[in-house]
Amino acid sequence: MASQKDVLIVGGSSDIGHATALRYVLAGWRVSLAARDLVAARRNADDITARTKAEILVHALDVLQTDKLTDFVNGLPSVPDTVVCVVGELGDQARAQTDPLFAASVLRTNFEAPSLLLGLFAERFQERNSGTIIGISSVAGDRGRGSNYVYGAAKAGFSQFLSGLRNRMALAGKIRVITVKPGFVRSRMTANIKLPAALTVQPDRVADEIFRADVGGRRDAIYVGRRFWFIMTVICLLPESIFKRLRL
Amino acid sequence: MTSLAGWGNYPKISTEILAPGAPASVQQIIGERSGLIARGNGRAYGDAAIGTQFTVSSLGLNRMRSFDRTTGLLTVEAGVTIADILSTFASQGFFLRVVPGTKFVTVGGAIAADIHGKNHHRDGGFGNVVESFRLALPGDLIVTCSRSENSELFRATLGGMGLTGIILDATIRLFPIETGWLRQETRVAHNLDAAIAELGNSTSSTYSVAWIDCLASGPSLGRSLVYSADHATRREQVAVGTGLEPFAPIHHARVAVPDLVPAWLLNRTSVKAFNEMYFRRGAAQEGKPSLVHWDPFFFPLDAISNWNRIYGRRGFLQHQCVIPLDRARTVIPDILDRVSRRGSVSFLAVLKQLGEGSGMISFPLRGYTLAMDFPVTDTLFAFLDEIDSLVVNSGGRLYLAKDARQSRSTFESGYPEIELFRNIRRHTNGNTHLASHLSARLGI
Repeated sequence: MASQKDVLIVGGSSDIGHATALRYVLAGWRVSLAARDLVAARRNADDITARTKAEILVHALDVLQTDKLTDFVNGLPSVPDTVVCVVGELGDQARAQTDPLFAASVLRTNFEAPSLLLGLFAERFQERNSGTIIGISSVAGDRGRGSNYVYGAAKAGFSQFLSGLRNRMALAGKIRVITVKPGFVRSRMTANIKLPAALTVQPDRVADEIFRADVGGRRDAIYVGRRFWFIMTVICLLPESIFKRLRL
Repeated sequence: MTSLAGWGNYPKISTEILAPGAPASVQQIIGERSGLIARGNGRAYGDAAIGTQFTVSSLGLNRMRSFDRTTGLLTVEAGVTIADILSTFASQGFFLRVVPGTKFVTVGGAIAADIHGKNHHRDGGFGNVVESFRLALPGDLIVTCSRSENSELFRATLGGMGLTGIILDATIRLFPIETGWLRQETRVAHNLDAAIAELGNSTSSTYSVAWIDCLASGPSLGRSLVYSADHATRREQVAVGTGLEPFAPIHHARVAVPDLVPAWLLNRTSVKAFNEMYFRRGAAQEGKPSLVHWDPFFFPLDAISNWNRIYGRRGFLQHQCVIPLDRARTVIPDILDRVSRRGSVSFLAVLKQLGEGSGMISFPLRGYTLAMDFPVTDTLFAFLDEIDSLVVNSGGRLYLAKDARQSRSTFESGYPEIELFRNIRRHTNGNTHLASHLSARLGI
């Protein structure tokens, strides 16, 4: 029997983080969560323990404190086999347009902090020459839309960072970098937004795609909800002269 | 504002939805607001889970807290569904002693309606599996309720339709099972008397229920298939169904009803044909024990998502009454006779035995409960008022979780402890802050 594998889920207080943790536990992995909100992360961990008997380790981590990221990675009891970063904040677009500090925090939460953290894990994985890095980006990063371009621009940056990291790792060794782009997900982040039912998935669907991309697939970038691949391809192909007139 | 309806799609009412993401944020979200009611997964049929101003969705309270595998005590947040509990724990050898006819209800909703199963006459209602719960009262107070702590509030909240407070989490008891199968037997009852007698005789089985052919009339009035079942032991499972796994997975193949089903699809002829086919198929099984997976046994209709849509755009009413034991044999045939003469197409008609209720305004009382579905039409309301008068005269009552239209007087004559319940509401400020359209309509 193969020894138990380790996964670290960063953003462990979120609904997608919770669902992802449960998915890995059910497949026999050892799971730890990292989160800023320890009460919420503990709530998720207790849920998984109640369901499965598995013990979940919870680490305190505020990814926005980027000067502490190196210490966090070096201080982990062991280097995980997989790291999944589900950190994200939708942020209110209208507020982001007029409140630069708020906009900066949306940009940092969705782009800067996750990129820097996963970059550090890439270095550790490279020393060991194994590991999988999974970043949860968004379809919103595929093309800037008037309704959420601050969030979208940050996710675009994150997607490009993962793409570059993947390219470098592919040439250097056995480390995989996977970009997961969910469309609409029913979660706390979207609790107050009306979502189109036919295009909206539950967090456990995202978790399942993440897990399958990790253990089974060779895919580098996946859309959750396959029809989003089609939708985004069409959206990206529209000429800017038309696109700019659409309300999206 | 959002337009909300219960499972029956009648009535549809505007309300503002509040969606706390964790139990800890419930109080902050309700604050000083009034006219609010908690809502679980929207399986109450009528207006019970629509707040007059605000509706507090418990679906974000969907985490389990702890499970003790030696005692079977499970603590979950109020929005965890029975589907979630059973799909997690049945394969680990644990089950819930009381489950309703759909697994898509939340634990909070199950407590609020004190839901009953096919074993109420033996094991009581959902309240009997509840050890304790935490209740958020209007005005920033959280209290723990159990049979020994705040016991009056505990008894008011069981079946209290959310009108005493917002349930945050609950500790309930699971019990061990050897297999995920039920050993089921079918008996044919050629009329209602036989069905009632058969239900009375099947008290040796844990679960029993009768499916009634509502369109049978004359000497066949109330002809039924009576199902009785027990959890199969490993030995029984091997004896009846060799080669089966003790804990087979749930089949997720779910059929969906399309958005717009024409209302004429359900008519006397189509339902009569369906009933005839269903009855014959069931009768062919008579006396032969069979093994049924827990999922289709307890929740046959859950296999068709949105089956409530088959009644069309105007929605439907489920009329569920309970008739006291000594009057059942005269009153239930009278009801069925009127339904049959009206030519109503009740796709679903179910007869079960009930025991004593456990909450102040819990539905069950010792007797027989009859549940029938009717598509909403202009003439339906007057017809159901006529049925209600039979129920009231027998000393029976209607199930609040199904109700969308009973009158105040029907309600008050059926629930003798209502004044005690109102006192509790006054005591906890429930009367000034918590209000559903059901409570406003019935003056609870």
